[in-house]
Amino acid sequence: MYAFEYHRPSSLDEAVALLTSEDIKPLAGGQTLIPTLKQRLAMPEALVDLGRIEALKGIRKEGDAIVIGAGTTHAEVAASEVVRGAIPALARLAGLIGDPQVRNRGTIGGSIANADPAADYPAAVVGLGATIHTNTRTIAGDDYFQDLFTTALDENELITAVSFPIPQAAAYEKVANPASGYAVVGVMVAKTAGGVRVGVTGAGPCAFRATAIEDALARSFTPEAAKGVAMPADGMNSDIHASAAYRAALISVLASRAVAACGG
Amino acid sequence: MNAPAKTVGTSVKRTEDARFLTGRGRYTDDINRPNQLHAAFVRSPHAHAALGEIDKPSAMDVPGVVAVFTGADMAADGVGGLPCGWQVIGKSGVPMKEPAHPPLAVGRVRHVGDTVAVVLADSRHAARDGAEALMIDYDPQPAVVHLADAGAAGAPQVHDEVDGNVCYDWEIGDQAATDEAFGKAAHVTRLELVNNRLIPNAIEPRAAVGEYDPADGSYTLTTTSQNPHVIRLLMCAFVLNLPEHKVRVVAPDVGGGFGSKIFHYAEEAVVTWAAAKVGRPIKWTAERSESFMTDCHGRDHVTTAELALDADGTFLGLRVKTLANMGAYLSTFASSVPTYLYATLLAGQYRTPAIHAEVKALFTHTTPVDAYRGAGRPEATYVLEKLVEKAARELKMDPAELRRKNFIQPDQFPYQTPVALAYDTGHYEASLDRALELSEYSSFAERRAASEAKGKLRGVGFSCYIEACGIAPSAVAGALGARAGLYEAAEVRFNPTGSVTVFTGSHSHGQGHETTFAQIVADRLGVPMANVEIVHGDTNRIPFGMGTYGSRSLAVGGSAIARAIDKIIDKGKKIAAHMLEAGEGDIEYKDGVFSVAGTDKSLTMGEIAFQAYVPHNFPHDKLEPGLDESAFYDPGNFTYPAGTYICEVEVDPETGHVHVDRFTAVDDFGTIINPMIVEGQVQGGIAQGLGQALLEGAVYSDDGQLVTGSYMDYAMPRAQHIPDYRFDFTCTPCTHNPLGAKGCGEAGAIGSPPAIINAIIDALGPLGVDDIPMPATPLAVWQAIQDAKGGTARAAE
Ligand SMILES: Cc1cc2nc3c(=O)[nH]c(=O)nc-3n(C[C@H](O)[C@H](O)[C@H](O)COP(=O)(O)OP(=O)(O)OC[C@H]3O[C@@H](n4cnc5c(N)ncnc54)[C@H](O)[C@@H]3O)c2cc1C
Repeated sequence: MYAFEYHRPSSLDEAVALLTSEDIKPLAGGQTLIPTLKQRLAMPEALVDLGRIEALKGIRKEGDAIVIGAGTTHAEVAASEVVRGAIPALARLAGLIGDPQVRNRGTIGGSIANADPAADYPAAVVGLGATIHTNTRTIAGDDYFQDLFTTALDENELITAVSFPIPQAAAYEKVANPASGYAVVGVMVAKTAGGVRVGVTGAGPCAFRATAIEDALARSFTPEAAKGVAMPADGMNSDIHASAAYRAALISVLASRAVAACGG
Repeated sequence: MNAPAKTVGTSVKRTEDARFLTGRGRYTDDINRPNQLHAAFVRSPHAHAALGEIDKPSAMDVPGVVAVFTGADMAADGVGGLPCGWQVIGKSGVPMKEPAHPPLAVGRVRHVGDTVAVVLADSRHAARDGAEALMIDYDPQPAVVHLADAGAAGAPQVHDEVDGNVCYDWEIGDQAATDEAFGKAAHVTRLELVNNRLIPNAIEPRAAVGEYDPADGSYTLTTTSQNPHVIRLLMCAFVLNLPEHKVRVVAPDVGGGFGSKIFHYAEEAVVTWAAAKVGRPIKWTAERSESFMTDCHGRDHVTTAELALDADGTFLGLRVKTLANMGAYLSTFASSVPTYLYATLLAGQYRTPAIHAEVKALFTHTTPVDAYRGAGRPEATYVLEKLVEKAARELKMDPAELRRKNFIQPDQFPYQTPVALAYDTGHYEASLDRALELSEYSSFAERRAASEAKGKLRGVGFSCYIEACGIAPSAVAGALGARAGLYEAAEVRFNPTGSVTVFTGSHSHGQGHETTFAQIVADRLGVPMANVEIVHGDTNRIPFGMGTYGSRSLAVGGSAIARAIDKIIDKGKKIAAHMLEAGEGDIEYKDGVFSVAGTDKSLTMGEIAFQAYVPHNFPHDKLEPGLDESAFYDPGNFTYPAGTYICEVEVDPETGHVHVDRFTAVDDFGTIINPMIVEGQVQGGIAQGLGQALLEGAVYSDDGQLVTGSYMDYAMPRAQHIPDYRFDFTCTPCTHNPLGAKGCGEAGAIGSPPAIINAIIDALGPLGVDDIPMPATPLAVWQAIQDAKGGTARAAE
């Protein structure tokens, strides 16, 4: 780790005021940022710890949506009665992230800001059609993930909350990387008023909707319909843990299991 | 006075755990000396490069940096290379090649992580800043990484003086007899396999603190070692040329070794040497990424094996050809692992009359490979037990019955195998039968049907392993090329007021010696366990020690303690005879009490001990004061733990995920001192075997970068992977040591991988899959299924 300045503001305004250059980074749970610093892969001038900002915390139901503050930990989401009642698939997803230590520190805002191609939350953002709230605007989930570790966020724009519309039914299925726990492939299937959504993480450079499977499920919301779609391996991630073909095959398999879990 | 209740055979709770679980362990990294410097090692980013200029000022300019040393500095001081402890003599008498292994590279770097320079600074961070700033001219060159390439014509040379990268080409067994056996075989089963390279991953990274005292010219090295005396011997005699009496090596609490902390590493020699150079203590603790790159790796074999059988399944002959990866340099034990600890085990539990094995060891531009839990024996067991299971499939015989048919029978011991070893005792059918029962093998078909109904595939796999532990009878070890005897030393000191201090050359780094050894001492001397202190890990306190590895601590180290106790009792009898005015021959000893046969005259051990230290009227010509005895125990043979492991897996054919549903282990470890500790050892061993079978595999890119250099990519077994174990023990006591004990530390890691892999192959059989590599990751299993289907999914890629 290189030396850096450390700030711990207690309000969002203070935090925003401190984030004046690209060399000053917000720090949330630190589960990605701290290892990066320890390996000397980043050299920020200062860190702005968001951990004491009350406005970023908490889970609440607002109309037809569940709104989760950016600073909410994975463990809090997994255990939340509100989330479990309205979108159990989201609570399950949070509970499948990493290990207890990671879930007790890592936050939804940090995860979504970081946009790791293998992170779990992106499948929910895309699959449930979430909205990202920032200190300056709102961004539709479908427009948010752009590429590998690349999002619609501007430099020093802060995520404040994520709101998830409550679906009629939803389920999340994941094949975890045995080493890291991240998703080799994760699939969120949701039946919503606007139709069936299938959000996929782990398989490509960033989370995406598997429209071919969505179409098949629109016609017949059954596991067989999902499994019947052969996803192309083109453009899928390939590494020592999973080939592109394997990932492509897993999307259909996991989508079919999620449909079954939705009662389809 | 009643002697305390006997403890041997009972699950006494581990006395050392109180300190470990409350954060009071004393590890090397806990040590801080006044005025100490921190060392950071500069490591090669290239697998192979010529080493050009090292610009010391670039690091010296960093604030806090005090010194920078390179290989040239050590060479100028006459520092030697890190030695190898076993000489292997290859075919037609050609000795193995032992290229120089300087602690800091000279002229050339040979693997990613090779140690190039050391930067000493006032703080850890400054040292790391200095290491990062150090400018080094590398001229990268082509590297050879994989075994299949290392021996090929035109392959890059790891060492100029080692032609074709061949360290040795060795054989064992009777080739003519084996050929003849194959000539008359009704059936030959053939197998090609890879034993995957593993990275040890002890929870405590390696660390070392070097100190020099100019007052008396003495050195102290505190290090994370499984064998401090061996480190002192090697470092003094071969590397630093220091007199042993001026060097103290301490291995305090050590957080796991699994073999990786046996070896003498460069960093130990460098901090010791540099402490004298700069006149300040020097501390180094590895970062986890350094551990991945520089702790010796394990396994890494490529093997072809053939088993010749007659028509009814009797084994006639076994032929094995193995390539073994040594990595870039020959580590301390490396040469012995794929030879004496591997090929000598190929008889397994069977009466195979003719065996011939050839092993070619090759250098590559990778981290050195050496002993890792099991060391050679897991590789042998994997070859043999996969081969036997395949033969059973081909002959459509029950795999348990094919094994049973070929077992060495109880009345055939001692049994001389065709590959050097002579097994003293065993009862293989007893373990097999108990394991069959415990695993409910007879109802497997019902469970398979139940799995099928859920869309899953269930399989069962066997492994009947044997290992040679208690390394080693010095005569045998010497004949096999060991450059030292592998006995063990112990000193038992009765203190005047009745407590006992035991100094052992074994080293505990997770094994629980402080409990197990104390149980032996307490029972034999009739003192409470609380009065027994086990001291280990310090060359200044312990007479000598060969250390802990190869499941030798109880069988060899414990036996040394038992011998020293015998001497204490003999001396006690002399004292009792004198005190009780009886003939020495009339003194009987039992449970801590010396008595005169046929009388009610007796003295307790405590009274004897006290008298030994206040000997007002001892006859000086016959009886010395004091009660302190030591013994060096050299075992008469290896010990041969053996057992049967049965694994049941459930495979998800759509994702390739393997779930180990039940795992049955029946082991014969001879006499067991503490069943709880033994079960813990077996559990941990199986967890590591499961890691090898399902999760772990070091992956190098073709240019020699370690792809699995962190926990993001190197998968370790976690609690969630560990199955429902079913354990039991059978017992044929070891016939040649005073404890009847055989050793239990490695069995789990040795026996489990083939059981797991055999079970997966059994599960996938209906899909036409007939082999699966280790680690059987979801990808590997899924890919095997696709390949069996005819490559449809591949085509889509
Ligand atoms: C061992 C391990 C296993 C893991 N396994 C998984 C897994 O299975 N699935 C999974 O999804 N993830 C996994 N993770 C990642 C984990 O979920 C992290 O929580 C997440 O990636 C980052 O969240 P954080 O709160 O720790 O953010 P930090 O590490 O603090 O920050 C991450 C990045 O986001 C930025 N940032 C943080 N908060 C905000 C904000 N409010 N607005 C804008 N930018 C912000 C930071 O500046 C930084 O660049 C794992 C991590 C580890 C260490």
